Amino acid sequence: MQSLLEWVDARFPLLKVWNEHLAEYYAPKNFNFWYYFGSLAILMLVLQIFSGIFLTIHYKPDVGLAFASVEYIMRDVPWGWFIRYLHSTGASAFFIVIYLHMFRALLYGSHRGPRELVWIMGMVIFVALMAESFMGYLLPWGNMSYWGAQVIINLFDAIPVIGPGLSEWIRGDFVISDATLNRFFAFHVAAVPLVLVILVFMHIVALHRVGSNNPDGIEIKENKGADGIPLDGIPFHPYYTVKDIVAVVVFLIVLSSVLFFAPELGGWFLEHDNFTPANVLQTPPEIVPLWYFTPYYSILRACTPDYMIYLSIFVGIVGAMTLFSARNIMVKAVAVVTPLILIVGFYTLEAKFWGVVAMGVSIMVFFALPWLDRSTVKSIRYRGWMYKTALGIFVVTFLVLGYLGTQPPEGLYKALAQIGTLIYFAFFAFMPWYSQIDKTKPVPERVT
Amino acid sequence: MPVLSVAGGGNGHKLDPVSIDLEDKVSLQRGATIFVNYCLSCHSAAYMRYNRLAKDLKFSDDPKESEKFVAKNMLFAADKIGDLMKAAMPIEDAKDWFGVAPPDLTLLARYRGPDWIYTYLRSFYLDEKSPSGWNNTVFENVAMPHVLYEWQGTQKAYFTKNEEGVKVFDRFEMIKSGTKSPQDFDKDMRDLTNFFVYLGEPSQLKRQRVGWYVLLFLALFLVVTYFLKKEYWKDVH
Repeated sequence: MQSLLEWVDARFPLLKVWNEHLAEYYAPKNFNFWYYFGSLAILMLVLQIFSGIFLTIHYKPDVGLAFASVEYIMRDVPWGWFIRYLHSTGASAFFIVIYLHMFRALLYGSHRGPRELVWIMGMVIFVALMAESFMGYLLPWGNMSYWGAQVIINLFDAIPVIGPGLSEWIRGDFVISDATLNRFFAFHVAAVPLVLVILVFMHIVALHRVGSNNPDGIEIKENKGADGIPLDGIPFHPYYTVKDIVAVVVFLIVLSSVLFFAPELGGWFLEHDNFTPANVLQTPPEIVPLWYFTPYYSILRACTPDYMIYLSIFVGIVGAMTLFSARNIMVKAVAVVTPLILIVGFYTLEAKFWGVVAMGVSIMVFFALPWLDRSTVKSIRYRGWMYKTALGIFVVTFLVLGYLGTQPPEGLYKALAQIGTLIYFAFFAFMPWYSQIDKTKPVPERVT
Repeated sequence: MPVLSVAGGGNGHKLDPVSIDLEDKVSLQRGATIFVNYCLSCHSAAYMRYNRLAKDLKFSDDPKESEKFVAKNMLFAADKIGDLMKAAMPIEDAKDWFGVAPPDLTLLARYRGPDWIYTYLRSFYLDEKSPSGWNNTVFENVAMPHVLYEWQGTQKAYFTKNEEGVKVFDRFEMIKSGTKSPQDFDKDMRDLTNFFVYLGEPSQLKRQRVGWYVLLFLALFLVVTYFLKKEYWKDVH
């Protein structure tokens, strides 16, 4: 055994990789609950790829056969129902894990320097994951699959000049059709998963270069012992491998409880309207995306013509604040010109287009977090009341917007979604100010 | 085609709750018998096979006998026991007769829910304005006639107006009794609904059974992994 290892090691850096990423990768010893979701996200990626391969064996990407082939998997393929539910429950579970993983970064400042690239790569993974799930949702060819894709792809029509051509190019047809189903299948099973795996690899390589953050937001590499090992670090393997396995088992218990006893989860994980085949002539009463997209869907629908006045005031305030606090003349110029262009745009281009823009910005704005946050401390433990309050309000707003996205945008719900949209953007837009003036507590030398 | 798009028409008919029990094989067998005799002539259940029905519903303790029973008593619209449960009536004829192809019913229970099915089946009423002569309070202007009117009898529906002036369902009145008592008819429709829930997901009993074993295994494994973690971490301070 030893000689075999030596033989391999002379030809491949097996020991080096093992040591750098596991046995001699020193992670802070004070990881808490929030630090499980990274390894759980990898577990979910593996489960989705594994179950996806088995589904691909029996699934048929053809508008005449797709719906029936899913039911064939559910009925005639041995354990097909298990594989299918693993994949459908897994999709939602993946998003829950990813959202909690991202929330951890907001809690402890994991996106802050020197981990900006780790965060950006993570955000690219998040966007790729959204594309992956959106395209995967078309494949069962249920009625909600069809109409959901129809509504979302039609959004591109709102882009001036290139819009209609662009949406046609995405569909490969004038309507959602066999051409769309086939290309979504290709992207869902080959292109995007490949990109995801590469991005996850890069995400981890970048993380291991700078080292993990921790609930205290302290750099453990700044306190090394005589042997060059961080005093507050412990080898990832075996300590965090055995710890994460416990989390994996707990997570699998939760996942199995849904998968085996409530795979539809009352319509939240599998929508009732998707148990009837795609029908061009029969629009579902309410077209709603799955829950993990609904906050952004709410933001999209909030942008109606009567909402433009509030958006104008909002960008005006952010522009004015930037104008007065910026020192660089170029930044001052941008702070004046950008809001003016936007306000002119709000009243010249149609509101639907600004809905698409707002939805896009609501996702993309996360990329800017490392630079929006100006606090001298990273962890919420040493921040003042302002950031804590802002984060609390943001989380509640995100959940409320998520619920409103599943409801018809009328009356009180529409008003709430519009207020929520402003709060959502305010969390990011005003962060440079409130994070800076927020009173901080002294950060200890060593982890607690 | 607009007939279908108003499915679940909102005239305020509250759905009656129905109790579902997939362990009740007698009820499922009775539901299956009604289904193949009365529904399958027009509607299909084209994702389901007869032999699966024979296997799961256990018409006999011996699986071979159960298959024989299904082959003898239920195979009206198919030749082989392994066939899919297609409708006896060609879709083209159906379109001619009803103006719309009767929908496939395999997944009806997952799409509509059991309470909807149970209430729908019992809510047909006489309506001279409708092409078939029938209408339904749960599914307004449905193209389907009341297939089981001989069992249930013929009922008339009364409507009132609510505060906003919208027509809402008030009550039914039986104008001609059927061959079955209301209690017996409700029981039959409960059995049929029960069968639809089975038909929507034949694996659900197995799914739940396997689920308990999985959870049991994970619970035991959790104990092992927890102590493993504790053992390793005792020297971390």
